[in-house]
Amino acid sequence: MAIKDLTRDLTKRIASSHIKWSLIIFFVILLFNFIFTPNFFHIEIKNGRFYGSIIDVFNRAAPVMLAAIGMTLVIATGGIDISVGSVMAISGSIAAVLIAKMDVPFWMVLCLPLVFSALLGAWNGLLVSYIGIQPIIATLILLVAGRGIAQLVTDGQIIVFEHPPFEFIAGGSLFGLHFPIIISFGVFLIILFLFKFTALGLFVESVGGNSEASKYCGINAGRIKLVVYIVSALCAGIAGLIAASNIKAADPNTSGDGLELNAILAVVIGGTSLNGGKYFLVGSVIGALIMQSLTTTILTMGVPVQVTLVVNAIVVLVVCLIQSKNFRDILAGIFKLDFRGLLRRMPLKGGNK
Amino acid sequence: MKLSFSINQKYLSIIATISVFVILYIVSCIVFEGFFSEMVFINFFIDNAFLGISAIGMTFVILSGGIDLSVGSVIAMTGVITATLVEQAHLDPLIVVPIALLSGSFLGLLMGCIIHFFDAPPFIVTLGGYFLARGIGQVISLESLPIYHPFFQFFIMEGIPIGDTVIIPYIVVIFLVLFVIAVYVAHYTRFGRNVYAIGGNIQSARLLGVPIGKTRVGVYTLNGFCSALAGIVYTMYTSGAWSLSGKGFELDVISAVVIGGTLLSGGVGFMAGTMFGVLISGIIQTFITFQGQLSSHWTRIVIGVLVFIFILLQRFFSSLPVSSKATRVTYASMREQAELTK
Amino acid sequence: MIESTPILQVKSLSKSFPGVKALAGVDLSVWTGEVHALMGENGAGKSTLIKLITGVYRRDQGEIIYNGEKVNFSSPREAQEKGISTVYQEVNLIPTLSVAENIFIGRFPPEGVKINWKSIKKSAEDSLKKLDLCLDVTQPLSSFPIAIQQMIAIARAVDFQAKVLILDEPTSSLDAKEVNLLFSIIRKLRDDGLGIIFVTHFLEQVYEISDKITVLRNGLLVGEFETQSLPRLELVAKMMGKDLEEFENTEKKLDSAVQVNGNRKNGKSFIQIRGFGKKGMIYPFDLEINKGEVLGLAGLLGSGRSEMAKLLFGIERADKGKIYIDKKAVSGSSPKFSIKKGMGFCPEDRKTSGIIEDLTVRENIMLAVQTRQGLFRKIAKKKQDEIVAQYIKALNISTPSPEQKIKNLSGGNQQKVIVARWLASQPRLLILDEPTRGIDVGAKAEIQKLILKLSREGMSILFISSELSEILRCSTRIAVLRDKVKVAEMMNQDIDESAIMQAIAEEDNGN
Ligand SMILES: Nc1ncnc2c1ncn2[C@@H]1O[C@H](COP(=O)(O)OP(=O)(O)OP(=O)(O)O)[C@@H](O)[C@H]1O
Ligand SMILES: [Mg+2]
Repeated sequence: MAIKDLTRDLTKRIASSHIKWSLIIFFVILLFNFIFTPNFFHIEIKNGRFYGSIIDVFNRAAPVMLAAIGMTLVIATGGIDISVGSVMAISGSIAAVLIAKMDVPFWMVLCLPLVFSALLGAWNGLLVSYIGIQPIIATLILLVAGRGIAQLVTDGQIIVFEHPPFEFIAGGSLFGLHFPIIISFGVFLIILFLFKFTALGLFVESVGGNSEASKYCGINAGRIKLVVYIVSALCAGIAGLIAASNIKAADPNTSGDGLELNAILAVVIGGTSLNGGKYFLVGSVIGALIMQSLTTTILTMGVPVQVTLVVNAIVVLVVCLIQSKNFRDILAGIFKLDFRGLLRRMPLKGGNK
Repeated sequence: MKLSFSINQKYLSIIATISVFVILYIVSCIVFEGFFSEMVFINFFIDNAFLGISAIGMTFVILSGGIDLSVGSVIAMTGVITATLVEQAHLDPLIVVPIALLSGSFLGLLMGCIIHFFDAPPFIVTLGGYFLARGIGQVISLESLPIYHPFFQFFIMEGIPIGDTVIIPYIVVIFLVLFVIAVYVAHYTRFGRNVYAIGGNIQSARLLGVPIGKTRVGVYTLNGFCSALAGIVYTMYTSGAWSLSGKGFELDVISAVVIGGTLLSGGVGFMAGTMFGVLISGIIQTFITFQGQLSSHWTRIVIGVLVFIFILLQRFFSSLPVSSKATRVTYASMREQAELTK
Repeated sequence: MIESTPILQVKSLSKSFPGVKALAGVDLSVWTGEVHALMGENGAGKSTLIKLITGVYRRDQGEIIYNGEKVNFSSPREAQEKGISTVYQEVNLIPTLSVAENIFIGRFPPEGVKINWKSIKKSAEDSLKKLDLCLDVTQPLSSFPIAIQQMIAIARAVDFQAKVLILDEPTSSLDAKEVNLLFSIIRKLRDDGLGIIFVTHFLEQVYEISDKITVLRNGLLVGEFETQSLPRLELVAKMMGKDLEEFENTEKKLDSAVQVNGNRKNGKSFIQIRGFGKKGMIYPFDLEINKGEVLGLAGLLGSGRSEMAKLLFGIERADKGKIYIDKKAVSGSSPKFSIKKGMGFCPEDRKTSGIIEDLTVRENIMLAVQTRQGLFRKIAKKKQDEIVAQYIKALNISTPSPEQKIKNLSGGNQQKVIVARWLASQPRLLILDEPTRGIDVGAKAEIQKLILKLSREGMSILFISSELSEILRCSTRIAVLRDKVKVAEMMNQDIDESAIMQAIAEEDNGN
């Protein structure tokens, strides 16, 4: 009874929210694959682990998903963080140097990069909230300088290493799932609950919605912003560890290149407005999945490289048209779609019991 | 009437931007021998003409409260179109250049229409444009295409002479002329003011009778045009075109505009600020080349630090206290009335 | 000379929003040379009707006949070009543009490509002068207080060559003096043959200026009446849909509460302010507020009332002076600190410093309570729902659900939500800056009653209002400000309206 209520409540909430459209888009892509790439949903178990295209989508989406989670919060406060790619590179580089060149305990290999990432996030946050620099410029400084720092850490080289415990981060598995999937969803759940079960979420939305009015309500906008930039950098740092572990190397030049655009895109597809205010963490996660499944689809379809971008463009446009209410109204006007009537006429009632 | 030195608040940030540029310039001149020369100064403009042209269009977009990520791709696309048509189809540049400009403007128009009529977020729409333009460029050609046609050499080699040895190349002239027109459009025409209005508050602007649709579509079309022009100037500057060029260029353009004091949230900023934003990127680049011995990673860090110092100074200057007299309200008849009640 | 057809006629207009039927079959006829008041409770549909006329919203049903033709404006711009000039509720100007531009944006004089800034500046100054305002029109609009912004919006609208002038609560933050000025302009325009639609919640103003009244209730038309032949109480009854008696009862209750309040002895001192001030904002002042006392703040626009409140609450940092709460000096000045110390501040400008548009009614109400509780002790959803339901009921907030976004509420209901936000936080000192702005008569009485009730329970209240009668009704003591200086303080029993007026308007000798 309770579960029934809960699911009904959930479906109702999804149906009335922004997330609906990103979910629909995701399912359309999956449906497309279901029809055109027969092996897409084929899952097999090897060494007690699930393998298959669809699993791969979740696995590869992890870095963008992580960055998108942090980015969602930053965008919700009315900011933007374009330094995530650089932070990712720095974090990976530090880990690699610690493994390859220094003899430190494993926990430090995990912690130091993240601590440093958090510091970089705090730097961004300070510039934005206490010095009052526009977020895009504040984080641009780190975008530019950050790659330099990463190169400085590795001395401009690609550092290759072998370290089984660290390789577990990207290569290992838990409950039959690739470990990055566990990490990204773990982080997602932690942040979801942290922001839902404290007033942080409310304050973030309030600062992003109207920072002046939030001030009158006694919300310390500066501190809230500081927190979200730290969270964003932390997420990027974790993504950096995964990436480094994945290629068993740190590449300060290309790691995380373009991550900021992908993360922002995932956030916007997920329904969060760049103007700040209401945010949709679940939407951002779906957004990241949409983008990865698209890439995978295009790859498996064997689309020629030159055309890939055009396909990308068309898909992006379709995505934003579907999310546009005006467009849907116009479509409905053209086709005179009468969903309710259609449903009523369909013999759906009294199905399987 | 009393004389007072109250500066209108809205000019503060632009004054700050200019002062910081001047300070930076003077410091560079003192630190580096040979920095203070006509040639170096004109090189700021030559090396950044395409950035500047693009930044002019972007300023309108950002002022209107939007953003355009497609500029780098449009530059590549128009470059490739121009190079192919001139070198492979052997068309006259006087036909090719308008075609290239039209293609850029058309893409802008398309994006503007989608943004306006479907109320879609500019970020996604122009990201679509980003993929599309680059895709078209790559479909046309994946190779780097050189241009030998003298028409294109002309604009970079020839120019308006000043003094005996120095000339201002025509690409810089194009940039400066466009800049003057842009200042005029932004500050003296209805279109320009409407751009500011919708950037300030789009709902209110609608209620006040500002033509939202025309303005927004116009802004993106204009930016498409500017990007295309920047693309052509870029092919002149590099004597060639490549479908992969201009990667990450959108960020350079946006940051030049924002460093120039324009608020990314729209409605606040000046065209002149953008000019200085562009010059500041120029000064930073030149600073690095004069420094000469920096390794590539230190270069990036130094650029970051310079941007930081610059922004900090700008913040400092624009937070200097202004006289609050300027916003005083008086009642013309208050005194008379008070006397009457006595 | 009255023409045979109205200049503007609306026939059975209907409009629904998701979950709300905002208007259902409403008629309205406005003739040339008349001032037509549009009356109704908060959320009755007045603003919606206006926005349907000017093409902001698309109507579901009905027709609009303007100047003898059926019209269907697709945007406010079209309506404006056809000669319908409108001041919308709330200040709908562009904060980042200069004052002069705000007056001319969307309707720059047609000649030439180049805008002639000199003449624009001149005409802007002239049109403001008609409203007795003298200010630097090149400054951005946002640097002026809300009341001045409202005057600027009015100046823009009356400057038009219009056939119909629509004013949606133009007087909500104005003083008596400004209102008089506005009315003399309205009369002149009326005599010139304009049809004028006027929305307000001030009954005196309706009777002073209007010729006819159309009353709406819950989106339905109650009727059109001649102002002269509709007694005041009957009008109220028609708006509220209550019996005359019922309304008279609440009024009586309020009056007796006022009586009780006036006779009450003062409690212990709660807050003492000594030499508090900030350069360029307000000169140092002393103030003392006792427990369970309502201290009224009176003064003209720009006399420093809101500045005093902002300083007290820590929105701005004072550069001089000390505050003692419960006889103990407190240090620190930030809204957060003040809230922790048990203060609450309901600001004057609800659009920029009150509502958070994209959040729901529930979230907007809970914000202050939540900050008081602290970040980590989130109030359970069930508790939230209880609190919210309680205040929605107490203030009669008309919303389809607590989960409605606040921006979809009518202006008056938004104001009620903000008041509810601060009442819910149960402060020890509540600063109310124009809390009844844009609120209908019924709810206004409710809020006044609530103020008296809370003060009886021991809450101290600093009450700012441009309406003298309201201040006199509610407060035990009154402080008067003039030109950023506190000039007088008096006990309520001793004085009447004219005494305060005198204190407000009096010029310093020898100045
Ligand atoms: N954009 C909207 N979306 C949803 N509901 C709306 C919207 N605008 C108005 N409403 C609803 O329509 C009803 C009428 O609102 P309207 O603003 O016309 O009231 P009003 O008579 O002007 O009230 P007030 O005196 O408070 O200004 C209200 O219940 C309001 O909640
Ligand atoms: Mg209204």
